[in-house]
This record gives sequence, C-alpha cells and structure tokens, in this order.
Amino acid sequence: MTEKDGHKLQPGEDIKYTTCYMCACRCGIKITLQDGRIRYIQGNPDHPTNKGVICAKGSSGVMKQFSPARITKPLLRKKGAERGQAQFDEISWDTAMDILTTRLHKIRSEDPKKLALFTGRDQMQALTSTFAKQFGTPNFAAHGGFCSVNMATGMIYSIGGSVWEFGGADFDRTKYMFLFGVAEDHDSNPLKIGISKIKERGGKLVVINPVRSGYGAVADDWMPVKPGTDGALILAMAHVLLKHGLYDHDFLVSHTNAAYLIEADKGGLNEGLPYLLEEREMHQTQNTIWDTVSNSVKEAHQDSTKPALFGTYKGKDGKTLVPAFQLLYDRVMAEYSPAQAEKICGVPAEQIETVALEAGIMAKNETITLPIEWTDVWGKTHKTVTGKPVSVHAMRGLAAHSNGFQTVRALSVFMMLLGIIDRPGGFRYKAPFPKPIPPCPKPINSPDLIKPNTPLPNPELGFPSNPDHLMVDAQGNPVRIDKAFSWEFPLTAHGMMQNVITNAHNKDPYAIDTLILFMANMSWNSTMNTGGVMQMLTAKDPDGEHKIPFIVVSDAFFSEQVAYADLVLPDTTYLERYDVISLLDRPISDYDHPADAIRHPILEPKGDCRPFQQTLIDLANALGLQGFCDDNGKPQFKTYKEFITGWESAPGSGVGFLAGWRGKDGSKQMTGEPNPDQWEAYIKNKSFFEYELDESIRYNRTINQGYLNWAQKSKLIRLNDPIVMHFYSEVLQRFRLAAQGQTKGRQPATQAQRQRIIKYFDPLPFWYEPIEQTQVDAKVYPFFAITQRPMVMYHSWDSQNAWLRQILGQNYLHMNPEKGADLGIADMDWVWVESPTAKIKVQVKFSEAVQPDTVWTWNGIGKMSGAWNLDKDAAEARKGFLLNHCITEEIGDEYGNRKVSNSDPISGQAAWYDLRVKITKADEPGHWPQFQSLDRLPHMEEPRKVLRYEFIRGNGK
Amino acid sequence: MTQMALVIDLNKCVGCHACATNCKSWNTGGQFGPLTDTNPYGKEPLGVWFNRVQTYEVGKFPHTDVVYFPKSCMHCKNPPCVEVCPTAASYKRTEDGVVLVNYDDCIGCKYCSWACPYGCREFDTFDGVMKKCTLCADRIYNENLPPDERKPACVLACPAKARAFGDIDDPASEAARWIAEEKGFKALPEAGTDPANHYLPKRKAKVMLDRDMLTQHAQRPVDMERKSASAGDVVSEDVAQT
Repeated sequence: MTEKDGHKLQPGEDIKYTTCYMCACRCGIKITLQDGRIRYIQGNPDHPTNKGVICAKGSSGVMKQFSPARITKPLLRKKGAERGQAQFDEISWDTAMDILTTRLHKIRSEDPKKLALFTGRDQMQALTSTFAKQFGTPNFAAHGGFCSVNMATGMIYSIGGSVWEFGGADFDRTKYMFLFGVAEDHDSNPLKIGISKIKERGGKLVVINPVRSGYGAVADDWMPVKPGTDGALILAMAHVLLKHGLYDHDFLVSHTNAAYLIEADKGGLNEGLPYLLEEREMHQTQNTIWDTVSNSVKEAHQDSTKPALFGTYKGKDGKTLVPAFQLLYDRVMAEYSPAQAEKICGVPAEQIETVALEAGIMAKNETITLPIEWTDVWGKTHKTVTGKPVSVHAMRGLAAHSNGFQTVRALSVFMMLLGIIDRPGGFRYKAPFPKPIPPCPKPINSPDLIKPNTPLPNPELGFPSNPDHLMVDAQGNPVRIDKAFSWEFPLTAHGMMQNVITNAHNKDPYAIDTLILFMANMSWNSTMNTGGVMQMLTAKDPDGEHKIPFIVVSDAFFSEQVAYADLVLPDTTYLERYDVISLLDRPISDYDHPADAIRHPILEPKGDCRPFQQTLIDLANALGLQGFCDDNGKPQFKTYKEFITGWESAPGSGVGFLAGWRGKDGSKQMTGEPNPDQWEAYIKNKSFFEYELDESIRYNRTINQGYLNWAQKSKLIRLNDPIVMHFYSEVLQRFRLAAQGQTKGRQPATQAQRQRIIKYFDPLPFWYEPIEQTQVDAKVYPFFAITQRPMVMYHSWDSQNAWLRQILGQNYLHMNPEKGADLGIADMDWVWVESPTAKIKVQVKFSEAVQPDTVWTWNGIGKMSGAWNLDKDAAEARKGFLLNHCITEEIGDEYGNRKVSNSDPISGQAAWYDLRVKITKADEPGHWPQFQSLDRLPHMEEPRKVLRYEFIRGNGK
Repeated sequence: MTQMALVIDLNKCVGCHACATNCKSWNTGGQFGPLTDTNPYGKEPLGVWFNRVQTYEVGKFPHTDVVYFPKSCMHCKNPPCVEVCPTAASYKRTEDGVVLVNYDDCIGCKYCSWACPYGCREFDTFDGVMKKCTLCADRIYNENLPPDERKPACVLACPAKARAFGDIDDPASEAARWIAEEKGFKALPEAGTDPANHYLPKRKAKVMLDRDMLTQHAQRPVDMERKSASAGDVVSEDVAQT
C-alpha cells in the first residue's frame, strides 16, 4: 500500500492536485482518482487561495467533465446552412488549421486589423494579447469591458490596485467591512472564508445592495440602495467623515495627493493641474503643498513641512492655489449630505450617518500596531506598522453602470479618507500590485503603427495618462473595432468586447474579416440586445456575403455562440490541459505572498479536443510570428507546455509566465533563466508557487522603499518611485483640459466629444444619473431591473451541470409584493417586462428582500432551446429567461445626434444595470421570446436519462 | 453515550450550496451511494441529495432577514423513521448515534419519509430504496484518509466554516462547545424527535459602537475638532491665506 499526503492509497487510487476553473476564483483542488477516473474533488488544504475549502461549483467539477454538451470534433458550417442553425460538417484538425491559417495569412499580409480576437473568461490574456500583438492587430481584448472594468480602472487610476486578485480586505484583522454590489464574486471562497472570520470575532458586515441574498443574509446592516446611486451614498458617508473630522490627516498627506496644491485660476494650460515648481512626469512626486510652518509653497513630502489640507493660497507668481482636499471638501459638504443622498439612493439619512460614524470612529480609535520596522521612500525608518480594522470590497453593483468609474473613484477616496489602504485591518494589495498610477503600459496610439506582416510596437491595451495615448486617427476617429481608447471611451483598459459584434456588423469604423471568439457567449447571455445581436451575426450584404465574413468559435461546450460559428474549434476542459495562472495576468497572490499556479492534465482530452492555448501556438508557428518563432520564422516552441517554460518577456529578461523554480536548476524565484523542468516542479508542489515577502515589505507598499525596490528587482514594476494615490485625478483633468482646448496635445474632433469629456472627466468624484436613465421616462418605466450572479453557477456554462441545474434551473423576476399588488400582479403570475428596447414574458416571484423600485433575476440561467445539449423543453429554455433582451447596447449620444455604446463614458464598462422597465400582468402564461430550437450536433452523445456513479467510474451502461 | 452530529451556524451560512454538492460528489461514489439522478438533462431533473439548502425570507422590507437553512438527516435521538420501519432497515447505531439505512433490507415502502418531520429522506427511484445522510460514516473513521479529513464532506467543504462536527454528548467537542457558547437550538423540538443536529442562531455584531460616543461625535463638528486638536494636527493649516 502506498502512502501519499496522509492517504493510504487503495489499489487503483491516486491523488493529484491542480487548479479549479469552475469559476475565476482559481482555488487549489485535490482530486482523488480511481483507476484514472475522478472519484472526488475537494479543496487543497495547502493552497493559499482556498485553504482546503471548496464551493458548490468546484465540488461539481466532475459533472462538467461528463457534460453531454462537450464538442469533441472541429466543425465547419455546412454549405447552404445558415448561421444560427448549428448545421456543421465534422472536419479534421489539419483541415481546420489549414482554413484558418490561410485566412489569417492573407489578412496579415494585407491589413492585420481585419482580424479581431476577443476572449471571454480565459485567465490567459498574457498569451492571447501576445498573439494578437505579434500578429499585428489592435483588435484584441478579453471580457473585462463587459464584466467589471470600472472596479479595476476606477481603483487602479486612484490607488494603484483593485479588488479580487489585485487586493482585498485584511480579513485576519478587520472588524468592520463594507460590501458593495456583490452577489457573488470571483473572489468566492476567499470572501466566504474572510466573512466567516469577521463573524467569528463579532465584527460587523455592512452590505450595500438593492437585493439581500448570499452574503447579504449574514449582513449586520443592509443598505438597500437603488441601482446606480451608490456614488451618492458613498460621498454622503465621506461627508460624515469630513463633517466630524474622522479623516486620517497623516495618511492623506503621506500616501495621497490630497494636500497637493491645485491651480485654481480659470483658463490656461494648467487649470486644475497640480502646481509645480519644476517639470515632472505624472508618476513623480515633485509636487507642491502649502507649508503651515513657513506659510509658503514648499515641495511635497519634506519632513520639515506641515502641509495644509484646507485653505486657499496665493503663490509668489500670483496664482490661486488650493489643496485638492479643500476642493473635495467643498463639493462633498455642499452636495452630498446624508439627507441629499437619501433623496437619490433611497437609503435613510440616519442609516448612512450611523454607519459612516461607526466606521470612522472605529478607524480613529482602534489602532492596530504591529512591531514591524520599515523604511519609507523618503528615507524615514518607522518602528511600527499601524492600521485600522475597517475594510471594503465591491463588485459589479458599483461597476456595471455608466457612472461606475466615478462611483469607484468615490469609494477610493472614501478609503483614503479613512486611511485604510495597505495597512493592517484594512484593504491590502496583492502582487503584482500596487502599480504606478496609472500603470506604465500604454496602448498603441496610431493607425500608422499597424502594418502588414509586422508586430505592433506596443500592446493593444494599456492605461492612458493623457489624450496622446488614445488609439485615434488624425481626424480623431476610433481605430479599434470596439472603439476602445477613443474620445468617446478613453480609459478603456480592458477594451470593449460588448461593442465588437455591433460595430463589426455596422462596419463602424470599418469592416473586419475574421472574428475569433474564445469561450464567450456573445450571441446570448454575454451581450445586450440579444435578439438584435443574433440578427447581426446572420446579416448579409447585398452581395450575399455576411457582414461579419468569418466567425471562429473555440469552446468546449455547445453554447449558443457555437451555433453562429463558421468554424468551431473544440477546446478542452480545465482537467485536460496545461494552464498558467500567471503573475503577468491574474495570479493567486495573497497579501503576504506573490504567488502563481498551474493546471496540468488530470485526464486525457476527450475525442479530438485540443486546448485553445495549443491552437494559438500552432497558429503562431504556422504564421511565423516573431516571439513564437525565431528571426528566420522557425518555430521555437512546438507545444504550449514548451512555450510556457521557454518564453521570456524579452530575450534574457528572466521574466516568464511562471515565477517559481526559475533558473537552469530551478533554484531561482520570481526571475531567472528558463527552466525546462518547471512544470514538474510545480506539479510536485501541488500546482502552485508562493514567495514569502519579508515582514518589512508587506504594508504601506506604495511608499515602502524596501517593497518598491524588491518589486522592481523582481520586475513586477518598472519604476521604484513612490506611488502617490490620486485623491485628485490628474489624468481626468488632463483629458478635460484637452476637451476645453487648454492643451498643446491632442484635442477632441467634435463638439459632442468635447462636451462629453468636460462633463464626465471630473478630477474629483461625483455622482450623476446613469446616462440611459436620463433618456428613459421614469414614469413610463418605473422599475430598475438588474441581475445577480448566483453562488452555484458561473455565467452560462453551468446549466449543463447535472447537479447544479437541479439547484437552479429556472429563474424568476423577483419583485416587492406591494408593488406587485398595485399592478394587479400575484405571486407566480406571468408578466411582461418591457424596456424601450424589447419586451419579455417571465414569471414573477415576490420578495421582501429587494429594494421596492427594483426588480431582479439571476444572471445567465435562460437558455436557447437545445443549446448545451439540454432537452428542448428544459426549464432553462422554456421558463428561464434572459434580461439581456431588454438592455440596449447603444444609447443616444447626449451631445450629438448619433448612437454610442451603452457604457461608462470614461472606462467603457458595459452599463448592464442602467436598465429601466415597466411591468404589466400577462394574459397567458408562457415564456417569450422563444427562438428556434437547436438540434443536437450529430457527434454529440445523447444525454443520459439516469446518471449514477457507475457511469462516472466508467463501467456504467 | 456518544452522539455524533452536525452543528450549523446560521450566522455564517451564505447559502452557497458547497455542502450540498460536495456531499453529492463524495457520497455518490461512497459506501452509501450512488446518489442517482434521473432525467439529469431533461425538463424535470430529479436527484438524490443527502443535503439540501432552503432559503427563507423573514419580515417586511426594509426589515427583511434572509436565512439559509442547510438541512440533512438530524440523526435524532428519538428517530421516528426507525420506529416506523417495518423491516428494521432503518436503525440507529448504538456506538455513535448515527441513523443509517440498510439498503439490503429496505423495501422502499416510504413509511420513514412520511414519519420524518424534517423531510430528510431521499428515495432513490432507480434502486427502489430510501437513502439519506450518513454523516459520511465511510469517512469519519476511515483510516485510509488523513486524520484531518476524517470529517463529513460538507464540513470539509464549507467555505464559510459554518459547520462543526463531533460528539454533542462530549462537552469538550467543538460541536458541543458551539452549542453551549452560542445557544445552539434544535429544529422542530415540538416533534419530540430530539434531533442531534443543532443550529446556531443569527446574532448581533459584538463590535457595535457605544451610542454615546456616536452622539458625542455627531455633536462635534470639524471646526471644534480643529480647535481642540494639539499643535501639529489639523489646527494650524486651516487659516485661509488669501
């Protein structure tokens, strides 16, 4: 009998460790195998992310593996069959790759931007973006634009880090936590572990969400905010902190630009910019403060000075100078009292006041002191690290609105006022964050840089600091197919995948040739205006050619998107392939440990399935792309496995996809020469690597010299300059100045673009009504309508899961009973839900756990009949529904007579939750709209009528 | 006596269903499996689950509470299912109080499911026998597993750490301590079944701040704060210099 990790292995039994992918949480899993088949999946007790626990999805991994919706052959749309009918011929991989390579070769040699590569939830953007960059197309992004990019950019542009894999609450010490707009998050297990710790110590959880469910169930305080009004609520809490002096003066001065003097005189090139005594780059700290000791302007961050937060001053040159803090104070005190906020957000002023006071007083009184010596960037050594036990976490409820960026800015400023960033008990960064504000990579910024057969000189995506970093042509028009980094949507760090099909269909700004979609259900639950988008996918020009000429879909399952493909590439599951969860992408670091992880094949790929990673390597090799191939076009890496261990960010950089066991003998960490045996080292260590940060470099990392030096040496950041948080956003003001004509650089081309930027690019956070809602009559459409993500399913791909769909197979529209009664609606009635875009017929379930002006449903439950190889009359298809039909993907440009994407005007985040609807009782029951049913693909297995363990074991009938 | 049981903390449960599916994953391939699913991809999928989570809303908006109530066999000290079983297939194990079903003796008459006030019996239509939670009887004493993992799968999985497992008759056990310290209660005590599983109630945050302090701060606007602050704090900077 063999022993392994405490298990006495029985004959045929084995234990293996890999990384889960039932959602994006990236937990470590421990798999018991019996005769090579899965017996049991549990959490890996040693894993930093989940520490042995596992969620409902992860526990059901075996049912994903055995899904009858698996596609196992490359498929080509049948001659004569229309897109959407899912009529395919099975072809060989050689044929599939020939078709694709020939097509891409032609595109690349003529006009590389005619290839658009967009990926869903993939966790491999470092690879996909490299492929697109080396191919030479700017038309690449992942799903961030339609996910929660406002959370990412709103915080990264403010504090140099964000939530999820970028940072989070210090659950081991926090006692008071705000959770904004989270139904479920891809920080799923860490949040559950953490909230449990708060409850354990009797701490308080405040949940801000129109719906009380999930985490809300254990909240000590529920603030049922109206959707899209969180910004007003947060600024009202800031008002309370300011009113009662509950802000952290020292933190604001040392960690943020709150004390920096801002030029307050109107006009000129410097209006609203930090007042400088000498030129500096945005990331440098040679700014000015008003020193209350000498009563004069002094350089910031000097030990001898005492910077003013309040006041209005005159410089020697006669300029009017005001600390950024005073500007925020004036706004928040005038416009955001709790009583004013109550009128907007619906949460009682008294509740706002109480909660803000509780948090503020706790932050002020309950100092956490750790005996850890550290040195700041100004050379001062501190004997201790101090902090406060107040923290925040937020997700899509803040993000998925057209005012989300400024709302997340407001949240960031609230955190700065409390002084709870990267300190014990508060919010803490995870490596590779914090990064400079904004981070260094800039997107490619001119159409002239796109050349046939040539890689792009810069990445497709990045973080603009000013308008010169926009991807626009000389006339100011967008150059990307999704119109990211345009004047309409400037700070679109994750792209705008939600626009791709609409824009490609409209040939606006130009026609593309090939659209490659990986793991994204863009014809169904990941798009707005689903019915309209399905038509765009099938639309043809007068010459009979599709408006989007060639659509390639790579997916492991028979999703609704697969039906609209011309070429289908069968992908593998997470248990069948190699993967990296890389520090170059979205790693598994915790607060004290930069960390990354891998997946490795536990099972053989099913049928002819091939990992999309391998497909990209094969394509890159066939096309002779540099970086994948040598200067003579000879492939350097035959397999993805070799590519991962062999590739370096630049020749000799020592930076690769994986940070563990680098160097020829595997002895180096973070950086080092490629190690061909790296995979085996990871597998031996239960599929993850973690580096332990010295205690002295775990806190105050934005100004911790030891940390910044270490991070620069480890090549996590390029610069080791201090990172001063943007309490006041210089970036937004630079865009606003450009729009006002006060710049020597690029300016918007049209008046509409100028007015839009002037309104939204406010350097201080503010609340505005979501844009779509300003165009919809609230009297006609009285309800806000939103979705929530269930804890048992991750997007659409879990409806095929035989266990999970038993828990949630039909969604309802949840509404307040009194509101229902007013409309003559009874519980479980069928109702019409109508927006200006579309109407749907759905079933109502009354709930007291929802803000009464709001209706909601679970996300991604409704299915197209026959998709995912469910029975055509499955509840998901006949009763489940998508709210997406009602959401418009384009709204009127407030300042022009054209349409723009229904997205945040700063970040390009899809404004899913800006929807308003009216609800009327339906005469007849029954779900609407219904679409044509899809037939099972010939090669797919008939779903089992009875599912038993014998089948999982491999000896069932 | 020894009475093994689960103690479930409703103050921590967020209704994620990890306990339910991990139970399914372990037990379908375990000694008391399989947990058959019929019509799993059809209109009305129906499966055997040893563990289900119910959702309740309590109160009217805005004073609404949401309670998730995970429910599995309570392993009653006075189990009605055992009493009514005509073949003695249902029995309560003397050594640890676990209620089990001997599938070989079960004739599928369903008397037990009528008798159980908790609805915690699961009829496997394919096998024609009654199944239910065994407290992972094939894990908790299983010497092939590492000692740390000799627990029910639901306890091992629960991300919110809302579950304790142990001998509730042993005051030193974690389960007994949870019950004692946080006023653990039994479901449907009026049914007279004396369930072994317990639940911990929702409870107030302990860090609630002193109301007086809040009021005091509320009456102390920032100007006073500045005046009362010592030199070097926010006092001196607030003099406008224009």
